[in-house]
Amino acid sequence: MKDFIIPGLDGAPAFSDRDFGTPARTSQRTVTLTIDGFPVTVPEGTSVMRASNTLGIAIPKLCATDNLEAWGSCRLCAVEIEGRRGTPASCTTPVTEGMVVHTQTPKLHKLRKGVMELYISDHPLDCLTCAANGDCELQDMAGAVGLREVRYEAPPQAPLANHFLRRQDGDANPQFIPKDDSNPYFTYDPSKCIVCSRCVRACEEVQGTFALTIQGRGFDSRVSAGMAGDSFLSSDCVSCGACVQACPTATLQEKSVIEIGTPDRKVVTTCAYCGVGCSFEAEMRGDTVVRMTPWKHGKANRGHSCVKGRFAWGYASHGDRITAPMIRERITDPWEVVTWDEAITFAATRLRDIQARHGVKSIGGITSSRCTNEETYLVQKMIRAVFGNNNTDTCARVCHSPTGYGLGRAFGTSAGTQDFDSVEHTDVVIVIGANPTDGHPVFASRLKKRLREGARLIVIDPRRIDLVRSPHVEAAHHLPLRPGTNVAVVTALAHVIVTEGLYDERFIRERCDWDEFQHYAEFVAQDRHSPEAIALLTGVDPQDLRAAARLFATGGNGAIYYGLGVTEHSQGSTTVMAIANLAMLTGNLGRPGVGVNPLRGQNNVQGACDMGSFPHELPGYRHVSQDATRDVFERLWGAVLDKEPGLRIPNMLDAAVEGTFKGLYVQGEDILQSDPDTHHVAAGLAAMDCVIVQDLFLNETANYAHVFLPGCTFLEKDGTFTNAERRINRVRKVMQPLNGFADWEVTQLLANAMGAGWAYTHPAQVMDEIAATTPSFAGVSYELLEEKGSVQWPCNELHPEGTPIMHVDGFMRGKGRFIVTEYVATEERTGPRFPLLLTTGRILSQYNVGAQTRRTANTVWHDQDVLEIHPHDAEVRGIKDGDWVRLASRAGDTSLRALLTDRVSPGVVYTTFHHPDTQANVITTDFSDWATNCPEYKVTAVQVALTNGPSDWQVDYARQADLSRRVLPAAE
Amino acid sequence: MSADAAKLVRMANQIATFFASQPGDIQAEEVAAHLKAFWEPRMLTALLAHADAGGAGLSPLALRAVERLRVPTA
Repeated sequence: MKDFIIPGLDGAPAFSDRDFGTPARTSQRTVTLTIDGFPVTVPEGTSVMRASNTLGIAIPKLCATDNLEAWGSCRLCAVEIEGRRGTPASCTTPVTEGMVVHTQTPKLHKLRKGVMELYISDHPLDCLTCAANGDCELQDMAGAVGLREVRYEAPPQAPLANHFLRRQDGDANPQFIPKDDSNPYFTYDPSKCIVCSRCVRACEEVQGTFALTIQGRGFDSRVSAGMAGDSFLSSDCVSCGACVQACPTATLQEKSVIEIGTPDRKVVTTCAYCGVGCSFEAEMRGDTVVRMTPWKHGKANRGHSCVKGRFAWGYASHGDRITAPMIRERITDPWEVVTWDEAITFAATRLRDIQARHGVKSIGGITSSRCTNEETYLVQKMIRAVFGNNNTDTCARVCHSPTGYGLGRAFGTSAGTQDFDSVEHTDVVIVIGANPTDGHPVFASRLKKRLREGARLIVIDPRRIDLVRSPHVEAAHHLPLRPGTNVAVVTALAHVIVTEGLYDERFIRERCDWDEFQHYAEFVAQDRHSPEAIALLTGVDPQDLRAAARLFATGGNGAIYYGLGVTEHSQGSTTVMAIANLAMLTGNLGRPGVGVNPLRGQNNVQGACDMGSFPHELPGYRHVSQDATRDVFERLWGAVLDKEPGLRIPNMLDAAVEGTFKGLYVQGEDILQSDPDTHHVAAGLAAMDCVIVQDLFLNETANYAHVFLPGCTFLEKDGTFTNAERRINRVRKVMQPLNGFADWEVTQLLANAMGAGWAYTHPAQVMDEIAATTPSFAGVSYELLEEKGSVQWPCNELHPEGTPIMHVDGFMRGKGRFIVTEYVATEERTGPRFPLLLTTGRILSQYNVGAQTRRTANTVWHDQDVLEIHPHDAEVRGIKDGDWVRLASRAGDTSLRALLTDRVSPGVVYTTFHHPDTQANVITTDFSDWATNCPEYKVTAVQVALTNGPSDWQVDYARQADLSRRVLPAAE
Repeated sequence: MSADAAKLVRMANQIATFFASQPGDIQAEEVAAHLKAFWEPRMLTALLAHADAGGAGLSPLALRAVERLRVPTA
């Protein structure tokens, strides 16, 4: 696609697609030079190619692209520079003061034409039927250099060697390599390769996996995935798509483009998978998505992607999508397809009837961390203003609610303190209870890039996650702690820093409460918190722990990134506070490169929390007991709001079993599969009189539902998501909702059927309401988002363009608080019956409960949950790799296959929860974080034994699920 | 003790255990404030009823906090 920019003129596109050839430089010093007679001033270190592009003059190129460092191999970008001999490559030549460059001369013209002629002499000329036709840089460059003929002809005796003909003169061509179709999403066609190395460099520089290489030398050079004999699928390739995007030809090509053709337009939107919140361009033809490509101006991802966002969007058109509403009298009945009117009336009547019989507080709802801010805001508004109670909660309850509580107490706000760009300035990173290469892959790539530049890494995790040791990355320290001992380990780190005098006294005196610090210092300095004293309990080598503490305190900018391995414990909130203490102790807050960074699980879990999804908080984290806050909403909503907190998800289920909670509206959430202690969740749902599920598919929770309202995907609606760095990104509708309504419209239908009288016609109006009521969002509007691309809250009069880094001049609450963090062992303990500890996690190719990714080709990488077990623990139980094993806890049991690995320590087993036929949460218990009731997913005492196959429970569950998914044939 | 009461007792004790480790002499107030801020009224009512019935299993600090909850707030 061609684009023209005229720099400096009003109306120039803010977010140009232009490829500047080499990456931007950020030097404060500038250099002025002349290119083709035009003066241009650029930062020192900029290449001649990039400088030329800023003038709007594109120098022909093949091996250069602006998300990769210059390589200088294609020889097409040659220029002439006055006073220098020869024709240097403009991509590898830095600008100098006063330089005079010519990009188009007779000499250069001839040179480039000669280079192109050589390239084309070994390239098939099947452009008309090639998948990259119209989107091929080789084709573009042949045009740009004026190539009109290829003069190389075979001599009469022998054919010219080439890579693209399958057979020559009746013989097989030894240079020809057939297409590699093994990856489900893209093909590798070596016959079209020009060996520019862009794919190899993208795999190294951008993704950091190092799966690709150039094999052979000279004319034999070929791109190769993995070792000899590997295909793309069997290699280390993680299918992030960076190589496909970098490829200038059809050598690496999306299968969707091969099938559909090139797109006709692009719409910038936000990925609906993890909390990184990558910006993508949905490339469309008609209302069909041709491909999703990462947007180079996306500030979270900076042009990178992972296998989920880049490729796994096929679920949107999967045959399992339900697009018509359904109801049923009892959950044992088959579903009946009805009109929207009937479904909404049925739901509204039932809910009101329950309230008439059991009281106003007998119903509630769950907002979705996968839906937009506007949708979440409307669901909690409906619950508070229309249902008339505060029984609203969200899946953040089961992931990052301890972050909200812990950081709120320490700093005055639950927000993560940095933007993702911050990692570029980090010197020492602690990753605790997170597995970024699987859970937050694009952030992991950015982190690995920084680690390759020399930053050092401390991993605190029971499992040897990939970051501990992977190509060109090795953690300085891995502290493989016993699950459930986070508080002891983080407090011991603080012990070393305090007792060895490594803390940042100036920062603490200026920014924190000094009296509290002294009390805290006295507490952590006690011998019982020393690494040696806790070694037996935590299993962490004391010398390693001491060395890690010293490194973090003295190694420069220190940043802490953490995930659900921190929060999903009975002491989740305490660990968050311990992490806050560690950051304050070392002065690592309030500037780039440092901070406390919770890695949020779902795409909009940050937003769902911001929007008042919690039962005790109105939008903007304001407690429901605050009269002034309630007053703001009561005036606007024309309803009296309850000043007492409502029920949290686990409390709702308890109340349901007890008989005081009877109706639930669940938007885009599958609590039966995602929440702990499945038996208890099922009992709670089964005890209700009206469960309304709004989702894309008949999920597991829908087995217990009376009303199914079809939802729509992020491609089918407008709105915003807020990612882990508080960045509000636009979600843009690229096609009409298959179900007829955007999710916010469905909520409005239900609310209005219950008497709300809402009249929103676009989510922008909802955002205006959020801005009008919530101080941290006061400056946010769709106009601002169009202009800036995205913005990080707080965004208001004080911060009109948002806030990349929090607590710059002082903490939100004034003085930072040091909070004593006493280790308390979880009540979940191993014993003779359950001698092993189960901890849970995620895998790269699958997402959360798998509802989306299981309905894509991502299943080739992970088609079932497996149990990771240490070879020692396996041996004593007679378990071999791949055996069926029964995993049992006091809550329940299930069966799955074993994977023997020393990634887990002896005594620890590990699995994922992506597949409903395994249901890892049958095993997990109802123990939870003391402050927030966030479930203790990460520690369950279990036993593992050989078995023959799925457990009775699994068989029964599958049968019941099948029964509950029956749909009556539509009436004529 | 019913399963529901046992769960509330465990949760209240967990909260008390955290605040017991905190400095100062207002731990009972802190526990009571936490309960008030995060627990739905029917949970508080059930906890108070359990305390009325002898409060079996509640830690001393949790019991003191429960007593504070009985004082009507202005």
